[in-house]
Amino acid sequence: MTPALRLQDAVVRRGARTVLDGVGLAVAPGELVGVVGGNGAGKTTLLRAALGLARLHSGVAELGGDPVGSLSEMKRAARAAYLPQDRRVGWNLPAWRVASLGAYQRPPKAARDLAYAALGRVGLQGLETRGVLEMSGGERARALLARLLVAGAPLLVADEPAAGLDPDAQLLALELFREESARGAAVVLTLHDLGLAARACDRLVVLHEGRVVADAPPAQALSADVLARAFDLDGRLEASPYGPVLAAGRAAK
Amino acid sequence: MRPMALNLGLVAGLLALMAAGLLLGETQLTAAQFAEALSDPASGPHEVLFAIRLPRTVCAAVVGAALGLSGAVLQGLLRNPLADPGVLGVAGGAGLGAALAIALGLAAVPGGVELAALAAALLVGLLLTAVAARFREPETLILFGVALSAFCGALTSLVFNLAPSPVTLAEVFAWLLGSVQNRDWEDIGRALVPMAVGAGLCLYAARGLVMLTLGEETAALSGLPMQRLRTAAVAGASLLTGAAVAVAGIVGFVGLAAPHLVRAGAGSDPGRVLAPSALAGAALLVAADLAARLIPTDLELKLGVVTALFGGPLFALIAWRAARSWRG
Repeated sequence: MTPALRLQDAVVRRGARTVLDGVGLAVAPGELVGVVGGNGAGKTTLLRAALGLARLHSGVAELGGDPVGSLSEMKRAARAAYLPQDRRVGWNLPAWRVASLGAYQRPPKAARDLAYAALGRVGLQGLETRGVLEMSGGERARALLARLLVAGAPLLVADEPAAGLDPDAQLLALELFREESARGAAVVLTLHDLGLAARACDRLVVLHEGRVVADAPPAQALSADVLARAFDLDGRLEASPYGPVLAAGRAAK
Repeated sequence: MRPMALNLGLVAGLLALMAAGLLLGETQLTAAQFAEALSDPASGPHEVLFAIRLPRTVCAAVVGAALGLSGAVLQGLLRNPLADPGVLGVAGGAGLGAALAIALGLAAVPGGVELAALAAALLVGLLLTAVAARFREPETLILFGVALSAFCGALTSLVFNLAPSPVTLAEVFAWLLGSVQNRDWEDIGRALVPMAVGAGLCLYAARGLVMLTLGEETAALSGLPMQRLRTAAVAGASLLTGAAVAVAGIVGFVGLAAPHLVRAGAGSDPGRVLAPSALAGAALLVAADLAARLIPTDLELKLGVVTALFGGPLFALIAWRAARSWRG
């Protein structure tokens, strides 16, 4: 099966600094993959490189089997939708309008209906007409997540989709991504909460200083060795009735 | 408010102000003189109404619409409520072109100053368009525009500094303060072509402006040809501003205030603010020109002075109300 997203030997440089150093990653349709790593490990750059937003110094980035640079704007949008980490919204648009921008190419009525449905899924029913600048940060994050869902692309890429959400909303967001992968979409998320990542994702890619140090199911990817190396943590994943949780403390230097 | 209702209301207000622009002026016409103006094309009142007041009022409306539309596009493009047609240096470039033309004696050539202003504005617009095509971030464009504006301002000051005579100095200064006095149909015709092209480019860019609300990266992956739309917005706003400054000099506040004035009715969608902003800009400038004519002073007030005098406090009021609504 053609991967929805593929990176091979991807190198991204910022000035003299190498931000991504020979990264490889393939995500198949229906897979839910988490990208984790410490601050500055290269998670956002990996997503941006895969989507053609960061220039590759060398290597390959493909969406749906074609080099991302060869795709027109329209084709790229048909293959991937992106939720960036930056949640700033320039003007006080109503939540339904923000969500409807995921389907701008559809007739206005259809886009509006899709937006209302997606806002219901993220728990913003009743707030559809509220301006996003009048919302709390978490509510705005949900409205932006609704836009990603409205896009309904075969690849959904979200940078820190759980940031700023309350615990219930974090679990809801991950459930929604699970639903999207169940409908056949490939989903790639960056997450800082390792317990949440382990619980939600089929596979975790651990980045450290721009390199992949693990790419495996969560239990293997977050081994004690990787936790120590990539996160300076002393601990392990433990089982709980709700799924794996991280039991860890700062490693002694 | 429904967009159609808002636009119709603005059109009605604009037409009422334009009618006032025809009926009122320094020369008070009686009912009999109005009748004479309509019946006798060779009469003095006809001349006052149709050769002086009508082109002047139409010129104010056209320039105001261009500035209002340009301001709305720039605020949407730069996602900045403080953006206006002066922010990117196009108005400053046009001012420099006009100042140079006057200093070089081109004022004697019909349309010479206007063409020089437009050419300089287009040159600045071209530079900005190249920058907009190269860099995605609005901050880069703003910083580049501020640098261009400051440089054009410095060169205009140099023209003042080296002006061959006090008369030239006064001429340049008067032009820079802005006016639609004594503009004829030829002046308006010359401005209309670049303005129409600019307006077309801005309307083409409208669908990109709303997507930019969510940030450059979301817009880049939306499927819209964002680079083309961004370039069209900068080129369109530059053409509108350049043509407006070329025909009327530098008139501040209209481009800044018009979009804010209509947002309460039109909503925040930067694509849907464009048409109402153009109409509000036209109405504002026709009203400002009327005020310039009717305020009893020995020398007629310059349009740029009136818009700044009334626009400053008005804009402060709008900003205060907007800040209150943002704070909730």
